[in-house]
Amino acid sequence: MHEMALAQGILEIVLKTAVEQRASKVTSIKLLIGQMIQVEPECLTFGFEALAMGTVAEGAQVTIEITPLIGQCNSCGEQFTVEKYCFICPLCNSTSIVVVSGRELAVDYLEVE
Amino acid sequence: MQIKVMTNILDRNDQIAGEIHERLSAANIFVVNLLGSPGCGKTSLLEKTIASLKDELSMAVIEGDLFTAKDAQRIEQHGIPVVQINTSGGCHLDANMVNSALEALDLEKLDLIVIENVGNLVCPGEFKIGEDVKVTILSTTEGEDKPLKYPTIFKQASAVILNKVDLLPYTNFDMPAAIHDITSINPQAVIIEISCQTNAGLELWCDWLKKQVQMKQARSI
Repeated sequence: MHEMALAQGILEIVLKTAVEQRASKVTSIKLLIGQMIQVEPECLTFGFEALAMGTVAEGAQVTIEITPLIGQCNSCGEQFTVEKYCFICPLCNSTSIVVVSGRELAVDYLEVE
Repeated sequence: MQIKVMTNILDRNDQIAGEIHERLSAANIFVVNLLGSPGCGKTSLLEKTIASLKDELSMAVIEGDLFTAKDAQRIEQHGIPVVQINTSGGCHLDANMVNSALEALDLEKLDLIVIENVGNLVCPGEFKIGEDVKVTILSTTEGEDKPLKYPTIFKQASAVILNKVDLLPYTNFDMPAAIHDITSINPQAVIIEISCQTNAGLELWCDWLKKQVQMKQARSI
């Protein structure tokens, strides 16, 4: 249940941005969550809604985009969808793979009034 | 009006973790974040490690636990500094908790700090706490399916310890499958099979750990 800690992090980012933009209301929040992040989206949204009560973000619509797990081979440059968490290049068998997508845990954008 | 933010949700935690890492590196201390499910043998491995290395390395332990000080009491008996963090039900340690715990340690004198995280294969994997390496323990009684079920915590580990190998004859744990899955998730991980009961593999583990400490200290000279 680390979702509450993450929800708190989201709220802090949202409130800081709202102050910077002099927004009176945050209407929607878009999150990017990687496929290889162990988070329960419903639990995160629920936690956020509870924490946002009484703030400018109360009632904001939270949308979550799950980003696919994509690796890139350091040896041959091949980009591939990582299946079954196998971090081995399907083209050249190299084990030197960088994760280019799938580990995101970010606030992408806000809609404010 | 749409406002692009693109900020990592864990930015604040990661920032504190970075500061801890810098501070401990300046003090020439190597830090291990020890992970694994409840009962996998984190404290047992620590006890064995302390017994074997305490004459060569100056060690301290930070113990993460939901409510009790039971593990810290076990470590205390070995005569090294130990700090207890109680998370009051929290499922993981975060950088801020570790930062506060460091106040209780005399950093001048240490080579190695092992932080035993809360027993959990999910949440602690997402929170950096200032460590040099993560070490994940999986015990044979948990089943070999765990790496694929909880890939993040295995992906991030520099070493994966397979504990309780003495119980292999009494379990249906498929060792080749476990090693195959761990290697496929994390090809760079060092995998060490151990038993805290028979002491099998412990020398290999202690040698690996000692080498990591020495390598860090050599880099900073």
